[in-house]
Amino acid sequence: MNNNEIAIAVENLEYVYEPQGLRANKGISLTVRRGEFVGIVGHNGAGKTTLLKNLVGLLLPTGGRVAVDGLDTRQTTVAELATRIGFVMQNPDQQLFAATVEEEIAFGPRNLGLAEEEITERVQAAIALTGLDALRQEFPPALAKGDRAKVIIASVLAMQPDIFVFDEPTTGQDYKGCHQIMQIARQLHREGRTVLVVTHDMALIAEYTERTIVLCQGEILLDDTTAAVFAQPENLQRAQVTPPQITQLAQALPRELGLPACALTVEQLGQPIVERVRTNQALDLTMPLR
Amino acid sequence: MNQPEPTIILDDVSYRYPRSKRYALRHLNLAVSRGEFVAVLGENGAGKSTFCQTLNGVIPQTRGGRMRGRVIVSGWDTQQATVAELAQRVGIVLEDPETQIFTTSVLNEVAFGPENLGVPPQEILHRARWALEAVGLNGYEDYAPTALSGGQKQRLAIAAALTMHPAVLVLDEATSQLDPMGTVEVFSVVRELNKQYGLTIVMATNKGEQVAQFCDRVLVLHEGELIARGTPREIFADTELLERVMIRAPQVSQLATYLEERGVHLTDFPITPDEARRGIIHSIRGSH
Repeated sequence: MNNNEIAIAVENLEYVYEPQGLRANKGISLTVRRGEFVGIVGHNGAGKTTLLKNLVGLLLPTGGRVAVDGLDTRQTTVAELATRIGFVMQNPDQQLFAATVEEEIAFGPRNLGLAEEEITERVQAAIALTGLDALRQEFPPALAKGDRAKVIIASVLAMQPDIFVFDEPTTGQDYKGCHQIMQIARQLHREGRTVLVVTHDMALIAEYTERTIVLCQGEILLDDTTAAVFAQPENLQRAQVTPPQITQLAQALPRELGLPACALTVEQLGQPIVERVRTNQALDLTMPLR
Repeated sequence: MNQPEPTIILDDVSYRYPRSKRYALRHLNLAVSRGEFVAVLGENGAGKSTFCQTLNGVIPQTRGGRMRGRVIVSGWDTQQATVAELAQRVGIVLEDPETQIFTTSVLNEVAFGPENLGVPPQEILHRARWALEAVGLNGYEDYAPTALSGGQKQRLAIAAALTMHPAVLVLDEATSQLDPMGTVEVFSVVRELNKQYGLTIVMATNKGEQVAQFCDRVLVLHEGELIARGTPREIFADTELLERVMIRAPQVSQLATYLEERGVHLTDFPITPDEARRGIIHSIRGSH
């Protein structure tokens, strides 16, 4: 593999929180190639957020090594990393601080020392992708929860990093909000960016991501295509991860019905059922009447 | 036969927050019987939290604003009784356990409510043991609440409400920050309390699959109005409603709707995986 293709390389990452001595990441190794869309799942306390914070340089490995774009996080400033890897935190209210949506989004690029013209351009692009046009003069803390989350995403977008890391972006969002946020992530992925998403929402992981990493007690338990990961219910149970309901249903159907054993979305199971029923109906019509 | 008085009555309730022109709740009429487990669904901003806070008098008494109509809970008018009095009838569990839990041990946390009522120490201990047992936290008395998992913290918040011996338990998005296991943990404990003690439950949530599994009745709020009510099956089968309001039906119900739209009709509209499994087997094997 060409080194240029590697967005993130994690080698034997150890992270211990002091003074309690809590080992949150225990020897994690993984490689994320440029342009991948990766989901990270696991029970509360599995080490997901610790891993993400190590990726963006907010935490530095107590053992092992993390490299972003080939840069070792221990030898690179967080400011330098922030131009390459953007971090959307779980709770927007811990991240918001400016007086208007526009200022919030402009803050990052302004700190990069960019020309005013370039800043305006970036703010405009971020606002367009997140659909915040009507709210650009609003006071961010007063916005609805879904919109506050979008402001944070826009402020990370304006940094124009190549890699995006989302930490439970859909927590507390309603159904519409969840899909709007995942659509933004999908759009970034389609533009060729690398996207990592942590969430407890397995239906969203199944519908949107290509690859899924399952963390369990600080270690990687599974790392494969999303379909292959959700096809292993026993392993998932060990990690206290429940596959989406539609996936469980597909697995529970008798195999002789000729339906796929793995379905990640409603459509992936629905379509074959429709085909099977139609074939049966056609057979019924050709059979002689008794 | 005498119909018992409903535990919760809303009589044409409308409410708007201070300095707001928009009504957050509009003309709500509702009766909830003793022992019902009611889910409140709706998009963010539909009025779910506002509705929850009318039940313990925090709205309008603490938040101000303007309220019309009456809310009666367990025989008490929430605009006449004090919030402290209502706290003995209505327990509330919020989204983020960190905003609710504040003492240094599990036992202190559950003792705090009855201590403030001046309940005798022996009785406090008795209630605390019972409440911790009821939520499956017996043995954790000396733990620091910070050492608990998310699901355990929410169960602790439930136990703290239980020591007040409430008639109604209100949960406002109490599982939205939990992982799937923690979510099921909280729903199961609440269902158990509901069955065992006839506790009336009102739960605002976005989690359709658990609503289908655990709840008796669903209320749908939309822009402050109660636009639908029914069993989980009636609500999740109502395609017109689900087109109007983005609420998350269980995936197996979404599948049934998908099939229906393509001319494949499952005999009974499913809301659980088991029901869907039977329906699919039947429709494929059919007359064969």
